[in-house]
Amino acid sequence: MGYVEQLTEKDLIQIYRWLVLIRAFEDRVGDLWSKGVLQESPHGSQGQEAIAVGACYGLRQEDQVLPSLRTRGAFFVKGVSVRTHMAGMYAKATGPARGKATTHHMGDAERGVLLGSAIVGASITVAVGAALAFKLQRKDKVVVDFFGDGAAQRGDFHEGLNFAGVFKLPIVFVLENNGFAEMTPLAKHFAGTDLACRAQGYGFPGIRLDGNDIFAVYEAVQTAVARARAGEGPTLLECVTYRLRGHSESHPPTELRDIAEIEAWRAKDPIPRMRASLEERAILTEVLAEKIKTEVEAEIEDAVKFAEESPSPDTGEIHKNVYAPEPPDLVVGRRA
Amino acid sequence: MREITYREAIREALREEMRRDERVFILGEDVADAGGVFKVTLGLLAEFGPTRVIDTPLSESAIVGAAVGAALMGMRPVAEVMFADFTTIAMDAIVNHAAKIHYLYGGELSAPLVVRMAYGAGPKWGSQHTQSVESWLANVPGLTIVMPATPADAKGLLKAAIRTANPVIFLEHKMLYGKKGEVPEGEYLVPLGKADIKRSGEDVTIVAMGMMVDRALAAARTLAEEGTSAEVIDLRSIQPLDEETILVSVEKTGRLVIVHEAPVRGGFGGEVAAVVANKALGYLDAPIRRVGGPWAPVPFGPVLVDAYVPKEADVIQAVRVTQGASVA
Repeated sequence: MGYVEQLTEKDLIQIYRWLVLIRAFEDRVGDLWSKGVLQESPHGSQGQEAIAVGACYGLRQEDQVLPSLRTRGAFFVKGVSVRTHMAGMYAKATGPARGKATTHHMGDAERGVLLGSAIVGASITVAVGAALAFKLQRKDKVVVDFFGDGAAQRGDFHEGLNFAGVFKLPIVFVLENNGFAEMTPLAKHFAGTDLACRAQGYGFPGIRLDGNDIFAVYEAVQTAVARARAGEGPTLLECVTYRLRGHSESHPPTELRDIAEIEAWRAKDPIPRMRASLEERAILTEVLAEKIKTEVEAEIEDAVKFAEESPSPDTGEIHKNVYAPEPPDLVVGRRA
Repeated sequence: MREITYREAIREALREEMRRDERVFILGEDVADAGGVFKVTLGLLAEFGPTRVIDTPLSESAIVGAAVGAALMGMRPVAEVMFADFTTIAMDAIVNHAAKIHYLYGGELSAPLVVRMAYGAGPKWGSQHTQSVESWLANVPGLTIVMPATPADAKGLLKAAIRTANPVIFLEHKMLYGKKGEVPEGEYLVPLGKADIKRSGEDVTIVAMGMMVDRALAAARTLAEEGTSAEVIDLRSIQPLDEETILVSVEKTGRLVIVHEAPVRGGFGGEVAAVVANKALGYLDAPIRRVGGPWAPVPFGPVLVDAYVPKEADVIQAVRVTQGASVA
């Protein structure tokens, strides 16, 4: 039996709820950005939610994920609160690192989210290092590392994947191929036919799949995770998707893109697709769908209120956490 | 006391720390089977095995990036970047990840890793295997930067570097690897961020770092014969910077010469000069002099490199200028 078949109705509803929550969050921050009240520019993941949720659902708390700048859902599914992200978008003291880090690249030690980087693709090697630690510690934890098609053209993609292949590390590379590196379409930054086949050159499987099919993503990631836990090494999953919004909310969705193309992909939106599937199997009813929508909207409005009422960071925060406290028996001179 | 080389002292520090703490492991290019291009890690594979002394692909970005990720997950990696010049490839992992980890996690996690690298000019390696990179990294908050000049300091500083909760750049001058000196056996630490007065004096303070400490000491010996008493301060760490030791010395001597191998312009000597100018200007009897490399890449071959790297005579000349001699 496949992993998808083992999902209970409760799981399926929960997965659907995550998709709805992420979409509503992204739409809401887009709206707030247009009103000029946010400090952090949203890089919306609308259209790509199935990848984050399908990849993170079912992971253990101690497994580490390293989201890309467009994997908002990974934070939520791993347990980072909507309030934390909303407060971060407002640059409030209740946001990541008490207002010092952005939400898109924040880390959360307790919930197993590795700190990312605003240098696209650069944190691939860091995710690989976390997997190296798990191997050296003989733990059956895994790392799920997200990045886009743009990042796949960085040197760190090659160094990181080769390194992971050489040491057969417990890591799953989830490539969110949304067809664009900022404004540049894939055909202008990649001359090959698919990115998954690159894995062959690193000695591990690469699979190209429909990233807008939540079940396909879940099945592929769970299979890759099991393989990683068993010590059989990495997998590269190229999840083909489409970014419905612009690179960020500072860029209109139609910047250098044809509206017809966007509309064509809207028809393949992962959320209505899952909803239709659940309705067909009588798992999701109109009433339940409406209830989920209402609950999610309430959760987001609570987060907006929380963020608006939260204080800005004290300027003294600038000087905190530049260096970690030293072990008590270690003498170190004055830092600055 | 027994004498061992700088290379052996570093190896001993690695061995002692790996025996003490099973989280400590080494990764880098040719560090395991080959024992490193400078043979620093020779013999460690035999004792600790291939999961603790790891040969990697030629991937400086992945070596340091992986060290950051492993450190975050509870390991104590010691990454070797074969030549300091190759930090350009690892710069993102050092600057944008390692240095900012603790800050951006809001204090939750830190990245306790050491990046060892061989820096400095020798006659045979050419422009991309000989640079002194300390000032490239000195402007990055979050880093600790260490440049030992003696075998004893190399051992004690490396042991401290492995134990600190923060990322350390550990700079080993490649022309010092064969240098012998007294090194205590067994456990001792040299504090990070504490300078060492390598020679006491009254008339002028010479602040030196890394390879230049020996040149400064040689200059001080010659100056002593000529009647000038020079105090030589070995910074040992440039971050944290031991301002106190420098200021106390300058307040005593009234004269300051700073020596490093990196080019003078933009070099770390400028920072030392600024600290003294800000905090001890009234004690200075003469303008501060800086000695360092010229504003040119490090060249190739003995004739050019010998002319490039600061020498004892350059230090003596700088001291003479603080005493009123005209600038050559």
